[in-house]
Amino acid sequence: MRGNAGPEFPSSVTASPRHLLPFAREKGFPSVLAIPMPDLVAMTGIQKRFGGLAALKGVDFSLRAGEVHALLGENGAGKSTMMGVLSGKLAPDGGTIMFADKPVRFGSPRDAIDVGIEMIHQEMALAPDLSVAENIFLGSLPPMISWFALRRKARVLIERLGFAIDPAARVGDLTVAHQQVVEIAKALSRDAKVIIFDEPTAVLAARDAEQLLRIIRELSASGVGVVYISHRLDEVLRISDRMTVMKDGGFVGTVTPKDTGVNDLIRMMVGRPLSALYGTRIAHDLGAEVLRVEHLSAGLRVKDVSFTLRAGEILGLGGLVGSGRTEVARLIFGADKRDAGRILLNGKEAALRHPGQAVKAGIGLVPEDRKRQGVVLDMSIRVNTTMARMAPVTSGGFIRWAKERATVMKLAESLRLKMAGPEAPASSLSGGNQQKVVLAKWLHVDGPVMILDEPTRGVDVGAKAEIYTIIHRLAAEGRAVIVISSEHQELFALCDRVLVMGEGRLRGELTPDLYSEENLLSLAIGGKPAPSDKAQEATVH
Amino acid sequence: MADTLTTSRGLDVPRKRIDFAAAFHRYGTFVIFVIILVLASYQSADFFTERNITNVLRQTSGVGIMSVGMLFVILTRGIDLSVGSVSALGSVLVAYYIQQYAPEASIGLVLLAGAACGLVAGVTVAYLRLPAFVMTLAVMTMARGFAFIISKGQPIMAGDNGQVLMTFANGYHFGVPDPVILMLVVFAVAGIVLNFTKFGRLVKAIGSNEEAVRLSGVAVPRYVLAVYVISGALAALSGVIATGRTGVGAPTVSTGAELQVIAAVVIGGASLMGGRGGVFNTLLGALILGVIANIMNLANVPGYSQQVFMGVIIMVAVLVQQGTQGFRFGR
Repeated sequence: MRGNAGPEFPSSVTASPRHLLPFAREKGFPSVLAIPMPDLVAMTGIQKRFGGLAALKGVDFSLRAGEVHALLGENGAGKSTMMGVLSGKLAPDGGTIMFADKPVRFGSPRDAIDVGIEMIHQEMALAPDLSVAENIFLGSLPPMISWFALRRKARVLIERLGFAIDPAARVGDLTVAHQQVVEIAKALSRDAKVIIFDEPTAVLAARDAEQLLRIIRELSASGVGVVYISHRLDEVLRISDRMTVMKDGGFVGTVTPKDTGVNDLIRMMVGRPLSALYGTRIAHDLGAEVLRVEHLSAGLRVKDVSFTLRAGEILGLGGLVGSGRTEVARLIFGADKRDAGRILLNGKEAALRHPGQAVKAGIGLVPEDRKRQGVVLDMSIRVNTTMARMAPVTSGGFIRWAKERATVMKLAESLRLKMAGPEAPASSLSGGNQQKVVLAKWLHVDGPVMILDEPTRGVDVGAKAEIYTIIHRLAAEGRAVIVISSEHQELFALCDRVLVMGEGRLRGELTPDLYSEENLLSLAIGGKPAPSDKAQEATVH
Repeated sequence: MADTLTTSRGLDVPRKRIDFAAAFHRYGTFVIFVIILVLASYQSADFFTERNITNVLRQTSGVGIMSVGMLFVILTRGIDLSVGSVSALGSVLVAYYIQQYAPEASIGLVLLAGAACGLVAGVTVAYLRLPAFVMTLAVMTMARGFAFIISKGQPIMAGDNGQVLMTFANGYHFGVPDPVILMLVVFAVAGIVLNFTKFGRLVKAIGSNEEAVRLSGVAVPRYVLAVYVISGALAALSGVIATGRTGVGAPTVSTGAELQVIAAVVIGGASLMGGRGGVFNTLLGALILGVIANIMNLANVPGYSQQVFMGVIIMVAVLVQQGTQGFRFGR
């Protein structure tokens, strides 16, 4: 419908997003929905400043009942600020918000919840020690609790979402996916008319994410307006009715999936074409075997895992969340105790009972939870960078400042780390740049083995591409690299081969000729035997 | 809050704006200290006399020395409730040993005993991963018990050999009492360790995010153990000074001192959640407590009322120092 209505979109995107404004605004175009619906939420000209910095420069956003409206943009584009304003967390400095055709002002999140606007947060806001039922009704518990009634009401809500979760279960014992269901049930219990999802699938494996998308679709079918923030563009294209792209606190455009592809979206978000998001392999030969894992086992989490890894190779570990991928990485790194199995480095058995030994042996781990395990947020970039190997920057226990600073600056430069300076706290960085600090830490250690667990989780498109380039460089420099990821395309684009895990076991191996979502999933679920038995050694293309 | 702001800004450049909360956090203790000094001088003409100031400093030295150890422990997100009791054990032990051994050997043994108390607490906390609050509470009870056992419940006279201790504890160099000099030396060394060494940096980092430090290959338990050992040894040292002041080793010395010591560290701006705190501010925290006690004495506030006032003042000081994170409105 839109295609004939103006200049061709992709080619028209140039340096200035202003180009898009005249045609990209939804107003004046036929609605996507069959019956035009009035806007449930209409935000116009929203402005927000933090200190001297304009985070929102007059952004428009509207939402109809029963629609899924995606909000896209790189980290720092202003999506979260925009939704912070809508959910009452932040007070706008300018602009108006209309809810059901009445102007509203939210002084606190409570005000927004009262009219029916709920936000499902990226980092979930549940009390892990309370039961499912208690969490769902936390804000509205009666003075006297009837456990029976509470649980029954909770069960009804959960079943409405198509799940069977015990309302008496402790939330902390649930999987991340189920916790998310509880969050949604909580929103529904308060009769939400608008639900904002902030990167809900970032922490979910493909199958769980699929389920969540189904729920979102059902929510919208039942008349709830859904705002959907995500970095997974394929997902967004599938689920959204409309998509609004923001960049640098400004409005870039609102488009429909019908006439927009992933590349168009990336171009809108980044302002430049990103044809080679995943970077390109730097041609190099594989070296000798560096790491050999034999019959690695630990409880029920990891069962009899064996594989080898050569210098210069990028090995993928795929599978669903909870399949034992992270646990294997942690066992190799000595972060957890193994029950059985040997790990050989360069042909010699390595002890690796705690991370100190692994670091000494030259194994680096970029852990999956960046903020909790990767960086010390309160401390400076400088301190974070040298933490794993302080010997070169100390003498007799005393820190040699000049040398440390120089080391950090050099690493920061080589990783294109965007920072105010090495003394800035890690918390001042965006997710992508925090991840680069973790990478810098291990480049400073400069060992032969690098394990990256979900290296691009919650990282925006621009930084993602840079991290891929860094990973290719690590391999080209002769390091043996293991990449764990729930984004299958990422694994396929990066890795020389992919090992697929399921229920703690190695279920099979994919070589590049077999790379496909279907193959990976069927191995992970364990329905079919490995489609390829031949590949013990790496096949390189 | 700061975090959400960061992610919603376009650049990775921190705001170029004076952050009042941060500035106050850094200088808040100093401001409180100055205000208290001004109040003190108004309250009593006797306050700013050399004799009184010397007195305040000397009375602060015990708590001050213990607060250095406590600062290290609190930086790792721990707590050490045993310092008062270990100090009493030190007081009794030094009076007991000095009758048989040379003063140097006696003091050495006492410091070792204090370190051993810290070792017991430290091993359970660092390696067995038991809660510091409970473990140091257990050590607190045991150390006080040992102090009573060794002294048979009576004060031990340090005797003629103890004269050395008394000379030190009541002596002066450059017009400054020797225990105060010792305290300042302890603070200076701690400041150097905390700010210029690998050890100090990792202690702070462990308090901020232990898991990230562990996954950097740092042997975290070693560092955690070390801070409890340091705290124990310094507590014993403060006991030695207590004995030196009076010439008597008493098992009742430093009763309840752990609370004052924790208060000093917290008034000094350290976070009980770990990772944040400094040596200079801790010294100020200890001095603030000392000055307040002194003012109340000068103003003839009765002893029991002093306790109430002290509690209120600690509350207000911490509120001013740490309560800048905004008021929470419930609904």
